[in-house]
Amino acid sequence: MAKKTLLNEKDIHIILHRLACQLIENHNDFKNTVIIGLQPRGIFLANRLTQILQEDYKVRDIKLGHLDITFYRDDFRRRDEPLEASSTDIDFIIENQHVVLIDDVLYSGRSVRSALTALQSYGRPTSVELLVLIDRRFSRHLPIQPNYRGRQVDVINSEKVKVSWRENDKKDAVFILSNA
Amino acid sequence: MKELTTDHLLGIKYLQKEDIDLIFKTADHFKEVINRPIKKVPSLRDITIANLFFENSTRTKLSFELAEKRLSADIINFSAAQSSVKKGETLIDTVNNILSMKVDLIVMRHSQVGAGVFLSKHVKAKIINAGDGAHEHPTQALLDTYSIREKLGTVAGKKVVIIGDILHSRVALSNIFALLKQGAEVKVCGPVTLIPKHIRSLGVSVETDLKKALTWCDVANVLRVQHERMDIKYFPSVREYTQQFGINAELLHSLKKEIVIMHPGPINRGVEITSDVADSNQSIILNQVENGVAIRMAVIYLLAQKIKN
Repeated sequence: MAKKTLLNEKDIHIILHRLACQLIENHNDFKNTVIIGLQPRGIFLANRLTQILQEDYKVRDIKLGHLDITFYRDDFRRRDEPLEASSTDIDFIIENQHVVLIDDVLYSGRSVRSALTALQSYGRPTSVELLVLIDRRFSRHLPIQPNYRGRQVDVINSEKVKVSWRENDKKDAVFILSNA
Repeated sequence: MKELTTDHLLGIKYLQKEDIDLIFKTADHFKEVINRPIKKVPSLRDITIANLFFENSTRTKLSFELAEKRLSADIINFSAAQSSVKKGETLIDTVNNILSMKVDLIVMRHSQVGAGVFLSKHVKAKIINAGDGAHEHPTQALLDTYSIREKLGTVAGKKVVIIGDILHSRVALSNIFALLKQGAEVKVCGPVTLIPKHIRSLGVSVETDLKKALTWCDVANVLRVQHERMDIKYFPSVREYTQQFGINAELLHSLKKEIVIMHPGPINRGVEITSDVADSNQSIILNQVENGVAIRMAVIYLLAQKIKN
């Protein structure tokens, strides 16, 4: 399997700070905004952005949650592999809040669709925005687009985009994996 | 592991330890779901479940029904009392008629031992045994051991005594299997007449002195005397049973440690357990009921995952 590095540690550092600044531009002090990372891989990005917002930009009291969408997916019983759930960890109500959904890679848009349904269990948000590190262009199955994107890439369907995080995979990097 | 090793839940006997772990892990997620403001997920919106209760039930039926609704399944209910079973129809015919209405999963309670196993060999649907005669009641044993795990952190190494009418109890047998598979030590306690003759061969010990059994254990699972299944007298009187095998606060306070009290319901207050014990802080009876919904959601979800289009 061929492995090409799309973003290295330094690229990711710059992008995360840019995304943090864009979030501050739109949400100021995050008084009515909550950040929700999607399980399993979006939570690293959500945690990291929250940490940058708090430590480097002195935004206090950010509400951060993790949302698992397994039970809301539209491919239950339609996959060869069984689905495995992760934990949901949201200890606040999102009624009348601005929600920023965070995931690592936006591909077909189906996960985000499931997340929008799952969010309804926690109230009616004022608005929902989407932030992704990697936006795979021309691959959407649904009319879903990100409000904030780290990097847009054109990758063919047989290739895979893999985001690795320091916390989980030793270092920050984004790879494109292909069978060629 | 992500998938159950079995296609049906017919009894704990047919499960591996890993299956139980997977069910518990999935139930943890569903327990979080049923404590949300909106307690429902859409996973099973294209699954139809038939609840076939050939024998009376309140708690189990409600718990299954709620679990199915929380998963967004379509459900149909059937009670033998109002059915064609009374008109002489066989079990397979009844069930096949229901299945031709495109039902994917069957939850069945039946008074005959092995009814679930029999059905699983003859019909094309996933079967969950909700109690077959005095044989097994797997979801009850799962929720009981799940509640022990929740209260004490683990089941392995814990000492559990099952007290009462062991002979007529499907809860006892399923619990014995579930506890042993998870590494607990099990003792049964009750009148000799209500303890099956070969129960030791399952790997459990027998005690007829209630005080000794309670002193030994970490958890006491108290069962009801099943008068409806008794064709002869097994003990002289209910009063005498209560004197020898009834748990009261005085007895509990005489123990040097605090033990966990469980009961699968329905409780006969003042017979096998007094109200002050059933309602005390040591009792996790109502936690068992809450966990029942999460456990049944997990079992249904994991079996439904194996239904292919």
